[in-house]
Amino acid sequence: MDWGSIFIDGILATIGPVTAAYAISAIGLNLQFGYAGLLNFGHVAFMLVGAYGMAITVDFGGPLWLGIIIGILVAMLLGFLLGLPTLRLRADYLAITTIAAAEAIRLVVRSSWAEPLTNGVFGIQGFADSFFSLNPFPPAELYGIGSLVVTGRKLWVMIVGWTIAALFVFVVHRLMKSPWGRVIKAIREDEDATTSLGKNVFAYKLQALMIGGAIGGVAGMILAIDQQNVTPDAYLPQITFILYVIVILGGAGTILGPIVGAVVFQFLFFTIDALMVNAQADIGWVGDLLTPAAAGQVKLVLVGLGMMVLMVFRPQGILGSREEALIDER
Amino acid sequence: MSDSHPMADVAPEPGVRKPDPVLVANNLQRSFGGLQAVDIDHLEVQRHTVTSLIGPNGAGKTTLFNLLTGFDTPDFGEWHLNGGPLVGIAAFQVARRGMVRTFQLTRSLARLTVMDNMLVAAKDNKGEGLWGALTGGWHATEQANEDRATELLERFGLEHMANEFAGGLSGGQRKLLEMARALMMNPEVVMLDEPMAGVNPALTQSLLTHITGLRDAGKTVVFVEHDMDVVQEISDWVVVMAEGRVIAEGPPEAIAKNRAVIDAYLGEHHGEAAT
Amino acid sequence: MFWLAAFAIAALSPVASLATGESIGGKLIQTVGEERIPTAGVTIIVRQEGSEIGRGESDSEGSWEIPVPGAGVYQVTLDTTTLPDGVGLTNPDAAELPDVNVREGQAKKVIFPLGEGTTSSVSSYERVGALFISGLKLGAIIALCAVGLSLVYGVTGLVNFAHAEMVTLGAVTAYFFHASPVGPQWSLLVASVPAILVGAGFGWLQETAIWRPLRARHMGLVSMMVVSIGLSFAVRHLILIIFGGEPRAYPDFAGQPPIEILGVSVVPKNLITIGVALLVLAGVGLFLQKSRAGTAMRAVSDDADLAESSGIDVNRIILITWSLAGGLAALGGIFFGLNEAVQWDMGFSLLLLIFAAVVLGGLGTAYGAMVGGFVVGVIVEMSTLFVPNELKTAVGLVVLIVMLLVRPQGLFGTKERIG
Ligand SMILES: Nc1ncnc2c1ncn2[C@@H]1O[C@H](COP(=O)(O)OP(=O)(O)O)[C@@H](O)[C@H]1O
Ligand SMILES: [Mg+2]
Repeated sequence: MDWGSIFIDGILATIGPVTAAYAISAIGLNLQFGYAGLLNFGHVAFMLVGAYGMAITVDFGGPLWLGIIIGILVAMLLGFLLGLPTLRLRADYLAITTIAAAEAIRLVVRSSWAEPLTNGVFGIQGFADSFFSLNPFPPAELYGIGSLVVTGRKLWVMIVGWTIAALFVFVVHRLMKSPWGRVIKAIREDEDATTSLGKNVFAYKLQALMIGGAIGGVAGMILAIDQQNVTPDAYLPQITFILYVIVILGGAGTILGPIVGAVVFQFLFFTIDALMVNAQADIGWVGDLLTPAAAGQVKLVLVGLGMMVLMVFRPQGILGSREEALIDER
Repeated sequence: MSDSHPMADVAPEPGVRKPDPVLVANNLQRSFGGLQAVDIDHLEVQRHTVTSLIGPNGAGKTTLFNLLTGFDTPDFGEWHLNGGPLVGIAAFQVARRGMVRTFQLTRSLARLTVMDNMLVAAKDNKGEGLWGALTGGWHATEQANEDRATELLERFGLEHMANEFAGGLSGGQRKLLEMARALMMNPEVVMLDEPMAGVNPALTQSLLTHITGLRDAGKTVVFVEHDMDVVQEISDWVVVMAEGRVIAEGPPEAIAKNRAVIDAYLGEHHGEAAT
Repeated sequence: MFWLAAFAIAALSPVASLATGESIGGKLIQTVGEERIPTAGVTIIVRQEGSEIGRGESDSEGSWEIPVPGAGVYQVTLDTTTLPDGVGLTNPDAAELPDVNVREGQAKKVIFPLGEGTTSSVSSYERVGALFISGLKLGAIIALCAVGLSLVYGVTGLVNFAHAEMVTLGAVTAYFFHASPVGPQWSLLVASVPAILVGAGFGWLQETAIWRPLRARHMGLVSMMVVSIGLSFAVRHLILIIFGGEPRAYPDFAGQPPIEILGVSVVPKNLITIGVALLVLAGVGLFLQKSRAGTAMRAVSDDADLAESSGIDVNRIILITWSLAGGLAALGGIFFGLNEAVQWDMGFSLLLLIFAAVVLGGLGTAYGAMVGGFVVGVIVEMSTLFVPNELKTAVGLVVLIVMLLVRPQGLFGTKERIG
């Protein structure tokens, strides 16, 4: 086992565009779940519609900037449509509807019926050329120190991705420090009480769901741009749960939690996965026990376990306050 | 009560008209399955009074509160606040129109500070809109609200807790906070659902002072209470419910002597209610 | 560096790049005696996990080729209605090849042997009838799974997202005892017994090891739902590791010849599924109405505090409910596996429909979930008269959302308490 290269690769994965996209998506989910208490179990759907909104627009001859705007609008529309029937009801109904919608949307996008628009399972490629034409770095050049290097192309996506992440951190910070944010937190604590104080709880929840969804949509676009590819099966339900682990790990309802969570999570995720793959190949009994494919699934089992264990034993995550987490939720 | 009080001439009978009602309900009905939880022909609440709503458990008092404040929808009936109809008006709108309620089980916003609990209740802060939140310009309003909140917290003896999480308060303190928070909205009518329940006797007296204080400050208070001694002490008017209906109303002295009330309620409940 | 890139793609997009150009193709040749005649204009459809990947038509030489997105297992179907008159499959049951394995970069060839067929046209009456029966069958499966979810919700207030994994666990356990080379190879009927017990045991274990301790800590419901979906995710992938990713069929009752009832052709196992489910559901109904534990369960659902104060051991009732839910879900899973395939994510793929059923009937009402299950099953299957087959699950979502808009408490539910 080559510890050095596993470590380097882990670091590269941690600072890469994918982590930036996850961090951004987690910022959106944190607004919904961490601050407003909305159980959105289908966050990946927002990423999917954002990415497809953009890709389809470009595919039909529109410019990329228009695609981005349309992607954001479609993600907000999805939030509106999912929120309308559910946000007047108990928290469970949003959870049920979002998890159902995420799967259903993926199936529809994948279907031959939607193929004229989405190109079915093959997806859409090559829509981000105009983004890469803005790249000031020679795309094939390597940047970095020692063996910690990335191509100019990657670097460009990374810089844009992390800048957008920083921008959203700032926006959410501003929102949550405002009276608007106070109402959002009040709703998380007790909807009826907040209603009794003259606040239109439904409208606030809808706003939080739609804004969080739009942020998720942007994250989906960054993933898609990085790969120059959208396919329905890149938006599997597991992404939503990875995002939950990120949010809780970083600290739900904290400003920087999603960033810290994404970075720590991605590092662990890649290192553990690399260790498992190596162990499967090199250590006899592990190899006997697990096929290479199975060794690759171990990390997902850990995602699920991580969600449970964190929620039970460290609900405040890395950045949250213990005192706050200990307050009885009833 | 002095004899010059406007209620002095009002007959002590269910559904009686009052000289200056702030709240009027007509033919209000709500049933759950087969159970008729509220069935009220006519009820008026006189402005600037403390009106107690009493009745055995399950009489429909909380359900009536829910209906009047828009938290529940009646099967039938209509009601007005200051002559304005409230049928079909959402709960948050009712609150904005000046009728604010508290809950039987205290609803503090646990992971907000006491001060934030107060500030959430303030009206017309442009920072509560998305646009205002992003663009700013709400700090002056916020400062004024904070001053008012501090004043109220001082009045209720909670100012030293202003920066604590509300979830860390004792049960009695939460009741006080809930009342102070409701006042933050400058309501015209305050509906208190069992504000005394679970509060230790030392605090009870101060709660009572606050309630009468509200009336003296020009507000109308409707409150649910079990303890007849408390009711006798501070009410201007008492409404008695049983099985969803108003079975009696009148000044406290008259109610204490009312046969129907004694049969329906006091006879079986007086002893245990004080516990 | 390359290693990492490959890694990132593998983690993010399971579909490999297009450059390798995998495809599935073949040549349709009708053999009549010694003569070999190419058959043109026949439609071939390629699916993966039930959704269509692509379709193609045979050309004048009988050749056809359909590109697929990458290596993997596909189902290839020949649309028999597009065969010319007088041409038929030599084996009429082989119109679908259920697992065609395409390797990386491979242009896979498959064969549909054609001969002198007797083409039968299906009348719309038969089609509607057959769909109605499959709807009832799907409904029976959904109902079995949904009742437990609703009962657990009733007594604990928790929507258990890991319910789907109890469904899968039942099916997979039955597969182990029935068909696994390392298992005892019992008949499916016998293998169902330990499977249901394992399902019930998993319910029991969940309640004892997770939910009761969390209730004792006063964990909020939102957090509990997060825990339950974490559990679901972990167990699902654990099953994937142990059971593998391929769909498998129970050997028993496979390829049953259909029988005809009132002019509609029906596979007997569908009728058995519907019949057994109805019996079991009736049993659950009797249990809730007549037995002490059942009445206690309803009492806890109504008002747990009141039930507690009237001397009911609430924790014991909750434990019974969880075990019952697990057992029912396992049974539902076995039927699901019998009628479709046993697969690691089968429960999750059914979850949407289970939710639709539960919401339709009213969250927390056992009878609502039963009725909701059948209604959803029939609606979803019948909808394929109007929408493509691959979209039928999405129809379940439409049912769910419409119900929430029109009557959120469901057909049998009541509004919740405030204040
Ligand atoms: N949401 C509800 N569903 C069913 N029954 C209810 C509901 N809310 C109240 N009830 C019933 O209505 C009656 C009146 O209850 P409530 O208004 O809480 O009484 P009170 O506040 O006077 O004690 C009781 O019998 C109660 O069980
Ligand atoms: Mg009450």
